[in-house]
Amino acid sequence: MNLTLRIWRQKDSSAKGKMVDYKVTDISEHMSFLEMMDVLNEQLVNSGEEPVAFDHDCREGICGMCSLYINGEAHGPDRGITTCQLHMRMFKDGDTITIEPWRAAAFPVIKDLIVDRMAFERIQHAGGYISVNTSGNTQDANSLPISKHAADEAMDAATCIGCGACVATCKNSSAMLFVGAKVSQYALLPQGQVEAADRVRNMVAQMDLEGFGNCTNTGACEIECPKGISLDNIARMNREFIKANVKG
Amino acid sequence: MALDSKVPEGPIKDKWTDYKNHINLVNPANKRHIDIIVVGTGLAGGSAAATLAELGYNVKAFAYQDSPRRAHSIAAQGGINAAKNYQGDGDSNYRLFYDTVKGGDYRSREANVHRLAEVSGNIIDQCVAQGVPFARDYGGLLDNRSFGGVLVSRTFYAKGQTGQQLLLGAYSAMNRQIARGKIEMFNRHEMLDVVKIGGKARGIIARNLITGEIERHSAHAVVIATGGYGNVYFLSTNAMGSNATAAWKIHKKGAYFANPCFTQIHPTCIPRSGDYQSKLTLMSESLRNDGRIWVPAKIEDAKAIQQGKLKPTDIAEADRDYYLERRYPAFGNLVPRDVASRAAKERCDAGYGVNATGEAVYLDFASAIERYGKEQAKIHNITNATPEKIYELGQKIVEEKYGNLFQMYEKIVDENPYKTPMMIYPATHYTMGGVWVDYNLMTTVEGLYCIGEANFSDHGANRLGASALMQGLADGYFVLPYTIGDYLSHDIRTGKIPTNTPEFDEVEKEVKDRIDFFINNKGTKSVDYFHKKLGKVMWDKVGMSRNAQGLTEAMAEIKAIREEFWKEVKVPGSANELNPELEKAGRVADFLELGELFAKDALNRAESCGGHFREESVELDGEQKGEAKRDDVNFAYVAAWEYKGEPADAVLHKEELEFKDIELKQRSYK
Repeated sequence: MNLTLRIWRQKDSSAKGKMVDYKVTDISEHMSFLEMMDVLNEQLVNSGEEPVAFDHDCREGICGMCSLYINGEAHGPDRGITTCQLHMRMFKDGDTITIEPWRAAAFPVIKDLIVDRMAFERIQHAGGYISVNTSGNTQDANSLPISKHAADEAMDAATCIGCGACVATCKNSSAMLFVGAKVSQYALLPQGQVEAADRVRNMVAQMDLEGFGNCTNTGACEIECPKGISLDNIARMNREFIKANVKG
Repeated sequence: MALDSKVPEGPIKDKWTDYKNHINLVNPANKRHIDIIVVGTGLAGGSAAATLAELGYNVKAFAYQDSPRRAHSIAAQGGINAAKNYQGDGDSNYRLFYDTVKGGDYRSREANVHRLAEVSGNIIDQCVAQGVPFARDYGGLLDNRSFGGVLVSRTFYAKGQTGQQLLLGAYSAMNRQIARGKIEMFNRHEMLDVVKIGGKARGIIARNLITGEIERHSAHAVVIATGGYGNVYFLSTNAMGSNATAAWKIHKKGAYFANPCFTQIHPTCIPRSGDYQSKLTLMSESLRNDGRIWVPAKIEDAKAIQQGKLKPTDIAEADRDYYLERRYPAFGNLVPRDVASRAAKERCDAGYGVNATGEAVYLDFASAIERYGKEQAKIHNITNATPEKIYELGQKIVEEKYGNLFQMYEKIVDENPYKTPMMIYPATHYTMGGVWVDYNLMTTVEGLYCIGEANFSDHGANRLGASALMQGLADGYFVLPYTIGDYLSHDIRTGKIPTNTPEFDEVEKEVKDRIDFFINNKGTKSVDYFHKKLGKVMWDKVGMSRNAQGLTEAMAEIKAIREEFWKEVKVPGSANELNPELEKAGRVADFLELGELFAKDALNRAESCGGHFREESVELDGEQKGEAKRDDVNFAYVAAWEYKGEPADAVLHKEELEFKDIELKQRSYK
């Protein structure tokens, strides 16, 4: 198929960006969206232009690197996928596709479609861990039974890949699904209990400091999340937060 | 230089303990005065960085992604082995050691593998303490499953995302140290060379990938943990950014490169669909626990399937060839990866492939779904369950075990694998070769260490499932932190290493000249053009099976591509900005050298061995007829190559392998 791509081009974080149109031809429906971008970039390199910069790496839906706001949706049409898992069979010959970077004040643009997600890192540094020594002298793993239900729920929360689609799609640019997932994983496991109160307080404080908005229960994040992280995690984070503050 | 593996004396089961009891330690107060650079923050680098910081050293960690959480360790699906014997099925450290040495076709170092088995149990304890949500059974205890090449259930897992969860565990340990200021993290940075002072590794030159700035970083020791070189094939299961640059650059600065031809071809990948394809996707080997692999038994059925006239479900049970179960009754669908890969290639080469290109076999879950369904009907006391009900119950169990893999397959292939069998084909996956290291994980350059997939050590000629995660974490959490301390104990009076020295000047100039060359070379062809060309030669002539003639041709062809590359490569944009084409150019330049050494190593190794199948070396008769033929008399050694300019001129050094605790014998999975 033949397509028109309207792509956000921006030289660097200080430059002014703009939408630029490109044509690509002979796109197979079996290609992934990023392979289609490769075709465009090969074309641009061959014609002496600078290729479009975009983030990507594993191309199997797990590293969380790829982003792209496609036709007004994080990771484009289709549910439960990252951009690298989006296939061109979702589009039609002659389509015009609009491609933009994640839009959020806390995710500044670095170049073209690449944004800086360091804010997520700093939230993790604020408490996204269990303070255990890495010596290997811990108790035997089976001396701490964990109910299958709790382990499964923790696993579901831990499935978050930190891609930022939840922030990009939220009208408030809220990071609460991301932070809620991390807080939940540890809150559900006995190992995480000891420092649970400090963790949630510190992570929430850092989240606010980074300039993410608040949650107004619209639920767009859950719909756009490639890993199906549930809104329940936000509720759990809120409970943990209140609990932490009541305890003092 | 003679290779000294530095394996300690004494009985194998006491070596590691005795070693730890006798090495020099660094006083905690002195650790504060010692800097360590860790390049790469996947499972090996991330766990090493966290542990070294925990011990008190100052760690500088480098990653090319925006976060350590994105390292390609994240994509490992199936699980991690540990000899815990929780299942009571006879597992032990010795058995894990034995399976790993045998699985590696007797081309790994016994002492290293035994140490790996010894610390495997600690890894699980450590990760559970960090909050890694491993699968649990209903009693709240850890669950296990089985993997190819073994007869016990020793694989711990977190759904189909074990690599991700273990990496997030190491990443969280890193985050704790970053917050404490003990790790200084350099995201979106790439190491472009190592700096040696007085023969010792004392720093690196790195490029800030956002600003293009070339930076100097010094340290008392440098640790390379940058993963494998599978992308030398262009198409592989590795992430697009996975590269060999750090490992290759240290090779050019004196670190020997070992067994480059030992590259694992993984049997369960999604087949390629066209020339535009950018990478291949792996389906976890754990699927072979429940999936049965087959092709049509009749060639006319295979042809009809290839032409789209028949569907797999049209083929009657009696007309299916479950070739792994037929050829290897003891291990069946769970034979090791090299055996399963070659068997698939053999059937496809004979014309029995099941997609349009004839390069695919079926992985079928129908009988597992039925088996589980019947079991569930019993558990839930459903008498007279209809086949539909049984299917529904069984599908639920399969979904619980492998749901995300099935979903991933469906997204890529656009077919529902619950209803129709998956199609799979082998693809390049893991590289067992890599930088040569001694028992201390030190390379042939003093103070320069290499861990995880980037080194050559523990997997021999083949890697068993669920062993890569184990090695990465063993090296990072439990081995390197001891061995590097012994080395650094001599550095407590050294003080800060300055970066304004002639050695740093010189290497920085080399790095800058190279970048300037790419930016200023007004060639006509893109970087990818050359990478794809290299990949084709590698796959056709240095791929799943190799022969002397093809390998000789490949060496010449790769050299020609390299010469053309340096004349014709075109890199748009400038050096002082984020420039992905420039990053790729440097990496492909390195692959173009490594590829040739790879072919040279394969040519030298005139035996079939694990992931390396030499067509000239096949069992001619007996029970093993047609199987790979190893040659222990002539090739029971590690081939460690010394850099001498052109890859073709590399000099071979042999580390003879000694097998004192395991008898060398034919690997049989019959």
